[in-house]
Amino acid sequence: MADLTSNFLGIKSPNPFWLASAPPTDKEYNVRRAYEAGWGGVVWKTLGSEGPPVVNVNGPRYGAIYGADRRLLGLNNIELITDRPLQTNLEEITRVKKDYPDRALVVSIMVPCDEESWKAILPLVEETGADGIELNFGCPHGMAERGMGSAVGQVPEYIQMVTEWCKKYYSKPVIVKLTPNITDIRNPARAAKAGGADAVSLINTINSITSVDLDLMAPQPTIGGKGSHGGYCGPAVKPIAMNMVAEIARDPQTHGLPISGIGGVTTWRDAAEFMALGAGNVQVCTAAMTYGFKVVQEMISGLSQWMDEKGYTSVDQFVGMATPNVTDWQYLDLNYVTKAKIDQDACIKCGRCYIACEDTSHQAILMSEDRVFEVNDSECVACNLCVDVCPVENCITMVELPKGEVDPRTGQTRGDYANWTTHLNNPSAQAAE
Amino acid sequence: MTTPMTPGIVSGRLAADEISRNFDDLHAPYDAHEARVAADRCYFCHDAPCMTACPTSIDIPLFIRQIQTGTPEAAAKTILTQNILGGMCARVCPTETLCEEVCVREVAEGKPVTIGRLQRYATDTLMARQGHPFARAEATGKTVAVVGAGPAGLACAHRLAMKGHSVTLFEGRPKAGGLNEYGIASYKSTDDFAAREVAWLLEIGGITVETGKTLGDGLSLDGLKTDYDAVFLGVGLGGVNALRIDGEEAATAAVDFIAELRQSDDLTMLPVGRNVVVIGGGMTAVDAAVQSKLLGAESVTIAYRRSRDEMPASTFEQGLAAAKGVRLLFNVMPVAIGDGAITLEYTATQNGKLAGTGETMSLPADQVFKAIGQTLTTDGGLVIEDGKIAVTDTGRTSATGVWAGGDCASGGEDLTVTAVAEGRDAAEDIHAVLMGV
Repeated sequence: MADLTSNFLGIKSPNPFWLASAPPTDKEYNVRRAYEAGWGGVVWKTLGSEGPPVVNVNGPRYGAIYGADRRLLGLNNIELITDRPLQTNLEEITRVKKDYPDRALVVSIMVPCDEESWKAILPLVEETGADGIELNFGCPHGMAERGMGSAVGQVPEYIQMVTEWCKKYYSKPVIVKLTPNITDIRNPARAAKAGGADAVSLINTINSITSVDLDLMAPQPTIGGKGSHGGYCGPAVKPIAMNMVAEIARDPQTHGLPISGIGGVTTWRDAAEFMALGAGNVQVCTAAMTYGFKVVQEMISGLSQWMDEKGYTSVDQFVGMATPNVTDWQYLDLNYVTKAKIDQDACIKCGRCYIACEDTSHQAILMSEDRVFEVNDSECVACNLCVDVCPVENCITMVELPKGEVDPRTGQTRGDYANWTTHLNNPSAQAAE
Repeated sequence: MTTPMTPGIVSGRLAADEISRNFDDLHAPYDAHEARVAADRCYFCHDAPCMTACPTSIDIPLFIRQIQTGTPEAAAKTILTQNILGGMCARVCPTETLCEEVCVREVAEGKPVTIGRLQRYATDTLMARQGHPFARAEATGKTVAVVGAGPAGLACAHRLAMKGHSVTLFEGRPKAGGLNEYGIASYKSTDDFAAREVAWLLEIGGITVETGKTLGDGLSLDGLKTDYDAVFLGVGLGGVNALRIDGEEAATAAVDFIAELRQSDDLTMLPVGRNVVVIGGGMTAVDAAVQSKLLGAESVTIAYRRSRDEMPASTFEQGLAAAKGVRLLFNVMPVAIGDGAITLEYTATQNGKLAGTGETMSLPADQVFKAIGQTLTTDGGLVIEDGKIAVTDTGRTSATGVWAGGDCASGGEDLTVTAVAEGRDAAEDIHAVLMGV
């Protein structure tokens, strides 16, 4: 069995699966259960400044998006940071870390954007013996209205400033958690790096309204007839999160900055994909909140089996392996030609490929009177829509046209690699000549 | 030409291709897509009722999730860690009265997650793609005799071998496998699965199989106790209960018919009656009746002395028999066999006891199978309880150093999966005793 041991910023854990800062990590009871269930690490739910604890709503905190059969695909929440006294949390963190020295324990923090507030809390956290801190610059609801959370994460200058304070008053690794509620994720990542961050973690939740109650005419979750936008997470956000991870991993200014990948990680495969794009480990929340802590067992067995099959002996061996293959559109090979091909034996004759192509694409699928569907290569632009809508796996595949052969659609012979930067239709390319 | 109508007990009632179709897999195996769709229905319940209902306590929600995420091999390991004969159990377990009966989706919707078929998908995938998934611990130098290579003996031997002990597995019949090899309907174990599974199980190493030897026939319990550090008895039930009626000699044991059928190379050569009557109401009765029909018997009747509700064969098995054209008769008991017919007497419960009503009927019967239970043939001088070897929860018998499990031992239902659990648990106890842990 493959060795899943993870070393992220020098913080060691028996596997790369950490629980993200969230309700599952709010107190000692849950965190102990998580460790017993096999989680490699935990980011403790965000601590705030000393003083009167924050208050939460007393109505529903979560809203959900379901697939058929009520599979939970997306969750949003309006819960705030921990509503328990700071001292209680600090004592519990100290006890838990002492009892589980081999597990990662990172403390999430969110205090007002002034140096005194950070200077006050950081030594208290340092005393717990926790392995590091994560700066919550991501929460998009409630706390942001008070100038914290994503209100900080949306201003790169603030990110850099607070990170610098943390590096000044805290000796262990500092992870900056980023909000996706921003136009270009590279800017806050660059700011975190400039501030001396040891790593970034992303994504935090996305501003969202999951649904509207059409009788109450109010967004859900509804609190006394009103609703507030929440933070969206779960399987539905994974594509957005992975793109942001890849953007940071391949940005020359932040390349090499360690990343903790967050956003809809539900299975071993999700974790492997985040890590292939450059995340050194992953953080999980919604999967645990949906299925319980035991769900990590599948992540462990699955990642281990996949690593064995691929011959990887440590997780570091595949971290970032897919990053070099994420590129800009302008560098894609415009001479790469494929054509859809329908396996007639596998085809169940539903006609979805036909109508998708006929109504919304390039009229490249022919239908006979006896419901035989065939691709017309001279019209097929290889858009892949037919593959995507076909209910039968591997029934329609994209077959590469070998070099030197003629594309029946364009009449041109397939040539060597060439991209937009040198294409005849590109005014910039022509100007460069 | 022989047909279903040909009188007497003859072979070749059906053409070879029809017989071959009849004895095909009862449930075709899932392909990868079907398995993912079926797995997707599992809710990953907490403290899952299915897991509690499984005699071997397989972590069913976990293995199904592992199928969902495209790792059926990991799913198989989850299964086999608890139940080394998970492949066979996936085929023969009466899931409708175990895991699937209590599945929350069965309770809520009458449509359980198809746990048995998913288990088969996982175990078949692993057995096809990988070698044996477990490794032996370092040799302990301890030796254990396991008598009987049925499910209990195989599970015990495997767990002991895994712990590093050296196991000699004795079997009276020519092949290992016990009822998996000789006693289960053919359409539940196609393509020689029982033998393939035994060969795969033995890949763990450290197990020597000696056939043609059993307790009282080449082996004595005292001799084994002297020669080995521990003894496990999984000898099953070798005897067949008698009907105690006139003409009994004309009846044959259903288990012998099933064994002969399972070992037959050519089912068109296997004789079966035109009119077959099976006495009994359990799985063996159903297996014998259905297979008689599949061989081409014109009429097959199961005669059970109690009501349908009391029939030990599950509703699924009853439905299977009915679908294959077997007639189910309830509240009748045999009184005489002779002249190609059987006389049955109706029964009723009076004052809490089952008794004949005096009213009789006659059915044509050129072949009568008795399937009213099996009995222990050798007790080895051990304490017996209700006709079986008395054992504790961990399989300890009345003799120090001797354990027993499976059908021959007291407690539990006579199911493959129960036998596996008992063999496994006895092995754990033997290990603890031998190693002083």
